[in-house]
Amino acid sequence: MSMGGLFIAIVARELRLALRHGADTLGSVLFFVLAGALFPLALGPSPELLRHMAPGVIWVCALLAALLPLDRLFGSELEDGSLDQLLLLGLPPSLVALAKMAAHWLTTGVPLLVAAVPMAIMLGLPPAALPVLMAGLVPGTIVLSLVGGMAASVVLGARRGGVLLPLLVLPLVTPALIFGAAAVDSARTGLPFAPDLELLMAFMAGALPLCPLAGGAGLRAAAE
Amino acid sequence: MPLLRAEDISVFRGERLVLDNVSLTLDAGEALLLTGPNGAGKSTLLRVLAGLRHPDSGRLLWQDTDILTDRTMHAAHIAYLGHQDALKPGLTLVENLALFSRGKSLDEALDVFDLVHLADVPVRLFSAGQKRRAALTRVVLARAPLWLLDEPSLGLDARSVDRLGTALARHRSEGGMIVATTHVPLPLPDTRHLALPGAPVVDDARWHEPA
Repeated sequence: MSMGGLFIAIVARELRLALRHGADTLGSVLFFVLAGALFPLALGPSPELLRHMAPGVIWVCALLAALLPLDRLFGSELEDGSLDQLLLLGLPPSLVALAKMAAHWLTTGVPLLVAAVPMAIMLGLPPAALPVLMAGLVPGTIVLSLVGGMAASVVLGARRGGVLLPLLVLPLVTPALIFGAAAVDSARTGLPFAPDLELLMAFMAGALPLCPLAGGAGLRAAAE
Repeated sequence: MPLLRAEDISVFRGERLVLDNVSLTLDAGEALLLTGPNGAGKSTLLRVLAGLRHPDSGRLLWQDTDILTDRTMHAAHIAYLGHQDALKPGLTLVENLALFSRGKSLDEALDVFDLVHLADVPVRLFSAGQKRRAALTRVVLARAPLWLLDEPSLGLDARSVDRLGTALARHRSEGGMIVATTHVPLPLPDTRHLALPGAPVVDDARWHEPA
């Protein structure tokens, strides 16, 4: 089987596992919705305030929700010995890491994108700003999967890796958070939003080759 | 020249020397049994031969090309059976093995360890021996020249051990190579043995400190 075929087979296996363990998969989306729903309760139901906060709330909640499944992303593979078998498939370790990142995006990023729409409406984001929010969240969630997957492989096998993971991921994804939330804010107030989205895309373009490479090195080191 | 050659492999785990200048050669159709007490480094040596673990010194050659420069290439020569069975409990046997069949049919390989009737059963319902047979099926599926087997007969009943013997013999008759670790006799005739010495006695001042 070609490298592409093996890559797709890994992603397909992950999707099948995600479907079998549906509760785990839905967990991060439910966390996203619940965390978002806490803000009106804590800050008071002022529509103006919520409209102001909506882009930031959605972005921060998406970021935190995407963290939840990360420690199991490679952790379960290391524990049951599957990591050795994945590394012996004949695929470069960076492609194994990329396949897992792609699976993370499909099982966590895409459901978050879907859930972001009702969340935005609930917080009273103007409809005109909704396309910009989604245009930012698509590369944003991809960045979360790439950086998150890299960090997950780096802390793999470390004691208390689950604690280390957010400390590693959160600072690294702040650029995505800043540009993504700023783009929605610009759209809401009628300012040009293209520069922020372009910077977000540039961040994704940088993460796309670098994170799998670092992730692959992390997997090799964890198998040692 | 031998197909596989390991020269002066040394591996540290932490500050302990696990493998001390181990050398071995293996040619088509040969089988090598690693013996030694617990902690002698048998599993570590298998992982080194698989390219999973980088030795701290020494050379590893496949047909006189260095394995350690391109471990991804070397993976094509390897079928590795570790301590753990590496099966996902939520997936059926076929779903578990699909990734490792590389698009080829599973039927023939499932028959080797008599697992055809369990093909669509979730692995979480398997017994320990059935899981081991499933992991052994993955070794057969790899169609790789070098089998690295860590305690292959662990948990197998007498009939399955017979089947394991048949599979091992067939692999060797087709020119395959086997390196296995074991504590119990394996159905593997005409093998060479490599005895790894146990952990060397630690002569460290700390152990002799007066109380």
